Amino acid sequence: MHQFKYATPGSIEALLSMLAEQRSPVKLLAGGTDLIVQMRTGAVTPALVIDVKQVVELNQLLLSDKGLIIGAAVSCRTVYENNHVARAYPALIDAASLIGGIQIQGRASIGGNLCNASPSADLIPALIVLEALAVIQNSRGSRELPVEDFCTGPGTNALAGDELLVSLKLPPGAKNSGACFRRFTPRNEMDIAVANAAAAVVLSADGKHFTSARIAIGAVGPTPILVQEAAEALQGKPVSGASVGIAADIARQAASPINDMRGTIAQRKQLVQVLVTRALQGAIERAGGAL
Amino acid sequence: MSEMVHVKTTINGAAVDFLCEPRQSLLEVLRDVLYLTGTKEGCNDGNCGSCTVTLDGVLVNACCVLGVEVAGKAVTTIEGMAKNGNLHPLQVAFLEETGLQCGICTPGFLVSSRALLERHPAPSEAQIRHWLAGNLCRCTGYDRIILAVQKASKRMLAGT
Repeated sequence: MHQFKYATPGSIEALLSMLAEQRSPVKLLAGGTDLIVQMRTGAVTPALVIDVKQVVELNQLLLSDKGLIIGAAVSCRTVYENNHVARAYPALIDAASLIGGIQIQGRASIGGNLCNASPSADLIPALIVLEALAVIQNSRGSRELPVEDFCTGPGTNALAGDELLVSLKLPPGAKNSGACFRRFTPRNEMDIAVANAAAAVVLSADGKHFTSARIAIGAVGPTPILVQEAAEALQGKPVSGASVGIAADIARQAASPINDMRGTIAQRKQLVQVLVTRALQGAIERAGGAL
Repeated sequence: MSEMVHVKTTINGAAVDFLCEPRQSLLEVLRDVLYLTGTKEGCNDGNCGSCTVTLDGVLVNACCVLGVEVAGKAVTTIEGMAKNGNLHPLQVAFLEETGLQCGICTPGFLVSSRALLERHPAPSEAQIRHWLAGNLCRCTGYDRIILAVQKASKRMLAGT
């Protein structure tokens, strides 16, 4: 591995001023399951690695009636082992408990999975349908960005050089709502999605109609995709196999995958249809509805 | 050589100081600096679990942790498993059930299995297979490893 300097700022102010003063390439270290591997292969060669795990704001996991705040450095395992979070946001747990194996989950952070901006990242579609906001800060101020606008391409994100992803802010689940994440991999664990999909629905009080929906798909484009048209097609429609089928078909058309060693374009488009169907079925069930 | 960092940590219950470069992984520090060579290098990219250790009680791949990150933390490795010359029940069961052949993956499997039994003392076969999915073995075909974990679980519950 190349040589680099290592810093462990103890406060967010110290971390932000390091980012503001940076003159050479910097990388932030949380779980390291992407960064350390990327440094070992020489894909990235930062002169300074800043370990962000001492910063309180990046380690918070706060569930309240206002929703959920997940510090960017909180590990997947910390999230899925929190029973209150697991009950309130099962779709998040669907994804967090599927990433890598138990050793990876103990280190890999929610914020890291987002910042790494892999097209196949499992958490991103789940975060998108849960309407997560990325809370971003630099030494001059802060801003919030919907997660669907965070990734700008494979491995690239919307953060400026002096900006830090502090946390993710998820609104509380609405009444009669539910969400679900599904992915396809040849092996159940330790694998990267050939395609993945997440869906969130809000049903009418009688559970018979869709009030609103959100559908996101991954590994079928340069970034995870929020499929607005599929969600709009469900609005006001009866909760039925036919409605779900129409939305899944629109999602299939929105997918623009590539051929690679994990799958072909045709297979991935087919998978989107199947996974969106299953994610919607799961979301409807969790919302207390039935097909 | 870049600047060396002085790291104070705890390994297998004992206070340990070492010097390392920021670029050295915990795996390199354990093996090349501290000569704790029980932890094995397999893939060196987080896929195989051969270098599994615990960091503050959480299973991690030592190849995906920097040595400098363990300052003030507690690490346990395979060397901390046998006590006073007595093998851990999991080690005994792996030997009896031939849960190993070449042995490179074995320390990782043992450390992962111990964490599993601490969390779930009587795991189902599915639970064992799921928990150990981050540990790869190219020799045994896994079945004998599963048998060994089940045997150790029964013995530990019975207190024998």
